[in-house]
Amino acid sequence: MQNGKKWRFKMTPFRLLLIVLVLIAAAAAIYRFVYGLGAVTNLSDEWPWGLWIGFDLFCGIALAGGGFSTALIVHVLHKDKYLPIVRAALLTSLIGYVIALVSLFLDIGRWFNFWRPFFYWGYHSVLFEVFWCIALYTTVQVLEFGDIFFERVNCPSLKKLLGVFMTPLLIIGIVLPTLHQSSLGSLYIVAVDKLNPLWWSMIIPFFFVWSAFFLGPAMVTIEGTLAARAYNREPETDLYSSLTKVTMWMMIIYFIVKMGDLAYRGVFSTAFNGSYESNMFLIEMIVFVLLPIVMYATPSIQNKLSGVLTASILVVAGVVFNRMNVVFTGMAKSVGGSYFPSIWEWLITIGMWSALVLVYCFVVENFPILPKEEPVSHGKPFGTGFHA
Amino acid sequence: MMSKGVLVDVTRCIGCRSCMVACKTWNDLPPKKTTFSNTWDSPGKIDADTWTVVNYYIIEEDGQVKWRFVKKQCMHCNEPACESACFTHSFVKTKEGAVIYKPTVLNQDYCVGCRYCMIACPFGVPAFQWEKAFPYVQKCKFCYERLQEGMKPACVTACPTGTLKFGDREELLAEARERIDSNPNYYKKIYGEKEYGGTSWLYISDVPFEKIGFKEDVSQKSIPSYTWDVLKWTPYIFFGWGAVLTALRAYTKRRAEVHNEEELYAPVEKD
Repeated sequence: MQNGKKWRFKMTPFRLLLIVLVLIAAAAAIYRFVYGLGAVTNLSDEWPWGLWIGFDLFCGIALAGGGFSTALIVHVLHKDKYLPIVRAALLTSLIGYVIALVSLFLDIGRWFNFWRPFFYWGYHSVLFEVFWCIALYTTVQVLEFGDIFFERVNCPSLKKLLGVFMTPLLIIGIVLPTLHQSSLGSLYIVAVDKLNPLWWSMIIPFFFVWSAFFLGPAMVTIEGTLAARAYNREPETDLYSSLTKVTMWMMIIYFIVKMGDLAYRGVFSTAFNGSYESNMFLIEMIVFVLLPIVMYATPSIQNKLSGVLTASILVVAGVVFNRMNVVFTGMAKSVGGSYFPSIWEWLITIGMWSALVLVYCFVVENFPILPKEEPVSHGKPFGTGFHA
Repeated sequence: MMSKGVLVDVTRCIGCRSCMVACKTWNDLPPKKTTFSNTWDSPGKIDADTWTVVNYYIIEEDGQVKWRFVKKQCMHCNEPACESACFTHSFVKTKEGAVIYKPTVLNQDYCVGCRYCMIACPFGVPAFQWEKAFPYVQKCKFCYERLQEGMKPACVTACPTGTLKFGDREELLAEARERIDSNPNYYKKIYGEKEYGGTSWLYISDVPFEKIGFKEDVSQKSIPSYTWDVLKWTPYIFFGWGAVLTALRAYTKRRAEVHNEEELYAPVEKD
């Protein structure tokens, strides 16, 4: 879309509500910076990490996994048929990372020192790797997005410059998330003897990066369906059905490795000892891993939008459930005390995710993100015209 | 200088809490308002202004009721989890044996306040100043400035029963071994000798450590070594995975050049 066109953002009652939620969160955030974490959160010495880290950061980053998995499928493996969804995936991923960074900034006590890790190399800390990778990857995503930005905001010289660097950016833009998605899991390796052995493992980094990757297609399915509904478009059911096959196969491998790991460490039987942790683990495995695998494997479910969507929602909810189990369920017994987020923690979290929806809407309405609607064939939106 | 340590002989503690008072006094820590309760534990747990506590345990063994009092504070690990977890080097294990938090002890303020040290510590020691706008992490610093002057930690000087003994860690280990070998009442273990790679503070007791608030069946490998086993792969993954991706991208780049991506996408209209 060319220059000269005005920025637009159509106000609706729902969007107005979201704006109000963002403003409430902003006010709460200011209060937090003035009066400290104790004044707004229910965090304690037993529970130093709560909703903002457990959900906004751990889940926000995982849910942004759609960015790097579609980038790998489309830009590295050149599966061109998925081109229509790649920009939307990049966009949600980018906004997800910004949310994670904002929540991190809110959560750290001495926020004015946030830049220190760039200069004091605590390379022996997993957090050091997480911090560097997330900071660099967010930058990479901004640059990748710059390519799209300069289609709308005319600046040929910058666009050309970015174009030159696009291949290394794309590669680094997959390597970095591979590293920090896994490192988010490695963060909990220090919690040996604290995190329940159903989740603690030396290969927890593999489980984290693998699940963030297989979550990608499921997330793209959900986002795509939501966007289609919001903008009265045809959802790309065919694409979702074939893309989520990747998820299915990866989840099968995930499940096998998980079981093998439990057996290897000799804790397999603790999954059935009836404790709270074991029940949560069984729910995670049966409802959020095995069930979606079966649904994806059943053609009559998989080829229908409602079917593939339901299975994908289970996958995404399952990854969130897994992260919550690691951060909260698995740690509860050893750290003691209790934690439930305060109303302010909830409001700030809700405000941040509302901001995500607003930014997404603004961007897709002003930048070329979603595929052009082809008036001719709905089932197959892109003919050979775009291909050689 | 040899690495220092303290030997805590649980059998000798009478629960007077002079150590707690000495700690508060020497470190100029504000008192905590406590409430009356039917326990002897108050305030019960370490926090940002209370770096040591004495917990009590009632143990029934062979029809006998035993009262035991156990001083808790930072264990000062030989290879501290907090030090390895910190991405700004805000903790350091000094040659004297103390594990100190540099922002407050050395006035080197790099701490971001992320609290990963609190997740990492296997003993749940580092505490956070939740009520402050610019909080620090706080914990026992083994009276580092006293150690440098060749003095004992404040708590040790205050102990009237000889429960706490300060000295070189190696010598204390030898003494602990002698005490538990020469008296059959002792539980045959020195807590801190091997736990998580060993700690500067060592405990001996006549009741199993499980019953006085210690996790017994813990790793003897230090926590930093666990982390390093994973982190050391980072550069290989970075370059190896990058090379694989570059090769794959080049290999599959058959028709990619033909796209005109800009014609594929368009802004959408909200109606």
